[in-house]
Amino acid sequence: MSNSQDAYFIPEPSRWPIVGTLALFITFIGGAMMLNGSGFGTFILGFGIAAIVYMFSGWFSDVIGESLSGSYNKQVDISFRWGMSWFIFSEVMFFAAFFGALFYIRVLSVPWLGGEGAGFATNMFLWPDFQAVWPLLTTPDMTLAGVDTKYLAIKEVIPAFDVPLVNTILLLSSGVTVTLAHHALKKDERAPLCWWLAATVLLGFVFVFFQMEEYAHAYHELDLTMKSGVYGSTFFMLTGFHGFHVTMGATMLLVILVRSMKGHFSAKDHFAFEGVAWYWHFVDVVWLGLYVFVYWI
Amino acid sequence: MSEAVIHDDHDDHHDHKPTGIGRWLFSTNHKDIGTMYLVFSLIMFFIGGAMAMVIRAELFQPGMQFVDPQFFNSMTTVHALVMIFGAVMPAGVGLANWMIPMMIGAPDMAMPRMNNMSFWILPFAFTLLLSTFFMQGGAPAGGWTMYPPLVLQLGDGFPFLIFAVHFLGISSIMGAINIIATVFNMRAPGMTFMRLPLFVWTWIITAFLLIAAMPVLAGAVTMLLTDRFFGTAFFDAAGGGDPVLFQHVFWFFGHPEVYILVLPSFGIISQIIPTFARKPLFGYASMVYATASIAFLSFFVWAHHMFTVGMPLAGELFFMYATMAIAVPTGVKVFNWTATMWKGSMTFETPMLFAIGVLFMFTLGGFSGLMMGITPVDFQYHDTYFIVAHFHYVLVPGIVFGIISGVYYWMPKWTGYMYDEKLGKLHFWTSAISVNVLFFPMHFIGLAGMPRRIPDYSTQFTDWNMIISIGGFAFGLSQLILVWVVIKCIRGGEKATDEVWEGAHGLEFTLPSPPPFHSFTTPPEVTDATAHS
Repeated sequence: MSNSQDAYFIPEPSRWPIVGTLALFITFIGGAMMLNGSGFGTFILGFGIAAIVYMFSGWFSDVIGESLSGSYNKQVDISFRWGMSWFIFSEVMFFAAFFGALFYIRVLSVPWLGGEGAGFATNMFLWPDFQAVWPLLTTPDMTLAGVDTKYLAIKEVIPAFDVPLVNTILLLSSGVTVTLAHHALKKDERAPLCWWLAATVLLGFVFVFFQMEEYAHAYHELDLTMKSGVYGSTFFMLTGFHGFHVTMGATMLLVILVRSMKGHFSAKDHFAFEGVAWYWHFVDVVWLGLYVFVYWI
Repeated sequence: MSEAVIHDDHDDHHDHKPTGIGRWLFSTNHKDIGTMYLVFSLIMFFIGGAMAMVIRAELFQPGMQFVDPQFFNSMTTVHALVMIFGAVMPAGVGLANWMIPMMIGAPDMAMPRMNNMSFWILPFAFTLLLSTFFMQGGAPAGGWTMYPPLVLQLGDGFPFLIFAVHFLGISSIMGAINIIATVFNMRAPGMTFMRLPLFVWTWIITAFLLIAAMPVLAGAVTMLLTDRFFGTAFFDAAGGGDPVLFQHVFWFFGHPEVYILVLPSFGIISQIIPTFARKPLFGYASMVYATASIAFLSFFVWAHHMFTVGMPLAGELFFMYATMAIAVPTGVKVFNWTATMWKGSMTFETPMLFAIGVLFMFTLGGFSGLMMGITPVDFQYHDTYFIVAHFHYVLVPGIVFGIISGVYYWMPKWTGYMYDEKLGKLHFWTSAISVNVLFFPMHFIGLAGMPRRIPDYSTQFTDWNMIISIGGFAFGLSQLILVWVVIKCIRGGEKATDEVWEGAHGLEFTLPSPPPFHSFTTPPEVTDATAHS
């Protein structure tokens, strides 16, 4: 509530929202045209993404400028906190849709296709040779169509106690390093703040690198692709969106690192740091869910 | 203490308005953004309405008249998408934008720039959606629910449909975050949660629903996109997936969406009925708890949209009982509104007429909803005109009437002039009569077995269909009166007082009509005496 020393900051009219809207509009048009098979679409998509980057850098440099000039009081800070918290919650629900799909497929629809419960007729009449197992290496279609199948069989899935375990350790460590950076910031110790942040960014990008290596391995050696039935679908959807979020989070951390090196933030006032740290922890927790339900059990 | 700070580093003075097109394109003002939302909503209401007119013209007689079946199906599909995402939701957000800062004593929304983006996304998202009419394969025609595998057969419009939904989702989530931050953080001193006007309460709960439900829809359509273009098998049984999975994910969003649409309307009539009954709202606290209960329960009833899809018996039973449970808090609200009017000094100005219309006709739609909530009975009603009658009763006289009553109620506050009461009453009576001619007979033909989303029908349904179409055209024409009233009210008329209505309470009625560009630069002190009750 407005009991702070000065009034709430209401920004002047700004061009960034409409620039952002147009950038997203162009991106969506380009993406849709590309998916429809137009080569020109890829060009528009690239332009749109560049425009999004331009919007973010412009909008955030305005915000950083306002923050440094002291326009934001405690109450504005609380608005940002509510905003970031609920944004992260919306992301949780976005992942919930994909986890829900995974559970539905593993617990209900694959066993039904295998003839369990009410699904016995589907199994008997459509795919009598299909056996429900998880990981699902062969699809119902494969049991009928053989080599002509739309969904190719998987040779092997990624074992949990291999690179994914290393990635788990990397991400969990990055959660520790970002917390150490935060402690350093709260004690106003600039050098450890930057070093721990740099370590976090590095761990994040190494994670992404291993993830890409894993994808290459899956595609080239294991025949585990997006086209290998519902195992591949859930695997790449969940890990792919997570990987995208790690990339975003690591980029945000990089921006925070640069700002820390420039001397931004104080021991008491550093919401941007905290917001990004929250986001990073969220990405971390999602990974634990992924590791358990996609790779391990 | 606070006057100069809003324009700290500029030389413009307190009530300076930006001018030209930039005022609207770059706006960071909750009133201007609210106005844009409301105007956009009205335009979309007529675009979606025109599509409904095409549907009713085609169904005036059996046989094929004007349009081919594919286009007819596009009309039903896009009519729904336009009305839900383009007309009703933006109208609710527009009212929230205009009223919430004034009702809680704030200078503006918590994040004004994000507020601008939430609005401006809408016209561009609908450009994406409506452009599909001019593409190979036409506009979406598989129903607004986008069920696979049918929706996957759409032509070049398919990715545009998916991205339009993503785009609208971004807008809704940003809008919802802004509303929550505003209400949580911008209330005037003394404006405790249990003193908030009911409209603000219903909007916080709506915002929670939006943040929880819209990302799930985004997830569902993303899986559609990868199924079509990247070879995934989420909704294809041959690859181990299940088309019914889409229905579960979709309705996990879809049922909360129903309450996203209706709760703001509940909030509006909870403001209006006490004003014109000249009594405080009966059972304020129970209204808040009932709204929260409805919202909570809305996440556990989704599969009542899918009773005929072939779910296990335990699922059918669970979702039937959970659905019945929602009738309890809804009943609490209906009885509270009725009790508010009991022994009140009632007058019947246009906002009150529309609010009473909501009370009667929403309840009627609620009853047919209860009927369909009973699993075995729903097997007969599913995908007939009975369901069309049901959701149009809750959506049109339940929600659209609520929004219109809010517009009449607050329009004098916005423009500074009273609207034309005679025209307002004419608008109400023509709408209320025609809406019943339009939707009530749909119950009969639905029970008799006429299926929805089909451009032709068996000849025994002809008489009722003609009557329905006549009601439809009359309802459509009646809405032109609204446009005339709004234009007239903007241009002038009798000066509105600050209080506008004799029995009106709330912070928005302590400001002048029209209010200053920035609502409360100095937060007012709120006490029990000045709060709504």
